[in-house]
Amino acid sequence: MTSLQDAEAPAGEVVLEAEGLTKHFPVRRGLRDLFDRRSRAAVHAVDDVHLILRRGKVTALVGESGSGKSTVARLLAQLYPRTDGDIRLHGESTRVKGGRNFRRYAARVQMIFQDPFASLNPVHTIRYHLTRALKIHHNGGSNAAELEDALHNLMSRVSMTPPERYLDKFPHELSGGQRQRVAIARALGADPEALLADEPVSMLDVSIRLGVLNLLRDLKERLNLAILYITHDIASARYFADETMVMYAGRMVEGGDSETVTQSPAHPYTRLLIDSAPDPDRLHGELEPDTRDRGNGEPPSLINPPSGCRFHPRCPMAGPRCETELPVRLEIGDKPGHWAACWLYDAQGVGK
Amino acid sequence: MNEPVLEIRNLNVDYGLGDQAVHAVRDVNLTLHRGEVLGLAGESGSGKSTLAYGLTRLLAPPGVITGGEVIYHPEKADPYDVLALSDNNLRKFRWAETAIVFQGAMNSLNPVHKISTQLNDVLQAHEPKMSAHSRNARCREMLKLVGISADRMDAYPHQLSGGMRQRVMIGMALILQPQVVIMDEPTTALDVVMQRQILGQLIELRERLGFSVIFITHDLSLLVEFSNRIAIMYGGRIVEEAPAAALYRDSLHPYSAGLLGSFPALRGPRRELSGIPGSPPDLKGMPSGCSFHPRCPKAFDPCSEHIPVLGRPDTTDGSTRTVACHLHPAQVPAGVSSPGER
Repeated sequence: MTSLQDAEAPAGEVVLEAEGLTKHFPVRRGLRDLFDRRSRAAVHAVDDVHLILRRGKVTALVGESGSGKSTVARLLAQLYPRTDGDIRLHGESTRVKGGRNFRRYAARVQMIFQDPFASLNPVHTIRYHLTRALKIHHNGGSNAAELEDALHNLMSRVSMTPPERYLDKFPHELSGGQRQRVAIARALGADPEALLADEPVSMLDVSIRLGVLNLLRDLKERLNLAILYITHDIASARYFADETMVMYAGRMVEGGDSETVTQSPAHPYTRLLIDSAPDPDRLHGELEPDTRDRGNGEPPSLINPPSGCRFHPRCPMAGPRCETELPVRLEIGDKPGHWAACWLYDAQGVGK
Repeated sequence: MNEPVLEIRNLNVDYGLGDQAVHAVRDVNLTLHRGEVLGLAGESGSGKSTLAYGLTRLLAPPGVITGGEVIYHPEKADPYDVLALSDNNLRKFRWAETAIVFQGAMNSLNPVHKISTQLNDVLQAHEPKMSAHSRNARCREMLKLVGISADRMDAYPHQLSGGMRQRVMIGMALILQPQVVIMDEPTTALDVVMQRQILGQLIELRERLGFSVIFITHDLSLLVEFSNRIAIMYGGRIVEEAPAAALYRDSLHPYSAGLLGSFPALRGPRRELSGIPGSPPDLKGMPSGCSFHPRCPKAFDPCSEHIPVLGRPDTTDGSTRTVACHLHPAQVPAGVSSPGER
């Protein structure tokens, strides 16, 4: 496996781009709805998402469970067909359904799943898992020696050395952190340009999470990968990602440079999220009154999402305009590229 | 505050018998004081849940308690050993004196019964003389206390959200007004916003009702904020116990320091973090000496040979913190009652 050509590509080059990405899952309530085309209910899982993945950069997608962040990853990996919008790989619009086209796409965009206990087949060895990835994507070389070389190369890339010690083991013989490393090695077997990591460390023990995150960062730098890091832990997004986007109820609410988004959050939801995160420095502290949740801490139903801004029923700053008009992306102006979808930053405000 | 409500002495729990036995909890000494929140932190496999099940005698086979005492101090009666209770007395002790909120509590509710039925059930079993009317009133009051409107009484669990189910579980645990509530990772399945709301409510309820909490979690940063004291477990043993603020500012055991350094901070300068190298120990093949020494950056000669004793490292400053590490040799071992205790 050679990534010479990849390593020469300039950092910051756009690899994957999503524009207006939308996914609605139809809800069927009964047999009658099958024939009645008029009143099709749908879960509005993802609406109008814009996202750019660049070479050598990590983009974090932060949100609570049910905010649609995993759906975005699956849409980008083309595991789900999209309802609307566009996915562009190197500027070229792509829609693949399966077969050869899907494999060609998967060779460039790979996904890492949350649970390494479930994503590896328990009846096969590590060697089998990695060999399959290499062979399917034609990176296994032409003879046994080259394949062995490629396997060792993969294992050492994820710091599992010496490779002989792990290659012939079964997944159950490895610890959680080691299994996730194998899952990362398998994704690298395709020699991809973009990695979509869906909560790659949330199932791991606390003390080894950082080891895996640091490995991903190291790989990003050495292989010049574009990484989408999906997480519910905004502190780890600050630590690991260059750029952070916040999702709420299927929509993006804020985005920008990680440091800016976490240090001077603009959207009321981001503020709530950051204030709710455990903070050892605040001993028995109380929340600031202006970031209090007006609701009961629950996201809205996505079958009938709230009109206007989806956060308005819980937002402490909401005005009449928030209930009716969908907020657009507005520049905050403190740092270039920092935006929020909130009427607070519009000249007309939230209305009286 | 300094009066003990639950004292664990030299508790040992094994899984399996004889040579096959895995020692999941070893020589644990821990005291829960009245009205405090005691945090119990550790990674998976450190024995923190086993400890909780052991001290309430809820261990399912092959779990066996192989030694130790759990002394419970009721409010107006003589203390007794929970591990020596007869089945009948144990039934009275459970829930009424010590309640437990399980890991994944959201799934601990019976899906085919209404919330009201399940709450009523507890009262019926423990206070059979109560009238149906007052039972209902108590359920209503309990739900209100945890922030659920009484008209949700007749809902089935699937009609409630995860956070509401968690609240019902907390309400259910508190319904007999126990002295001790053990919470085993009660908020791990919830989002941060919900987690904060529920924990805030818990602290408020504790102030009002005056129960003590043993809070088990792997999220140390959460404990630092919410608990009074923290005990850290590794490989079945308690390696450090200290007031929350002291542990956060200046942890003595390298494992505690490593664990604290595993959480990226949201505020303050961004720094390079490394976590802890290696992986948690396998209870079937524990390292010799201190079980942390293969991963410890500060390990030196005695670490691989002798098991460090949990004890107070310094007798001069009068603090109550204890640590089990050769870097801070124990002057006063824990478990040997210090003056002031019985």
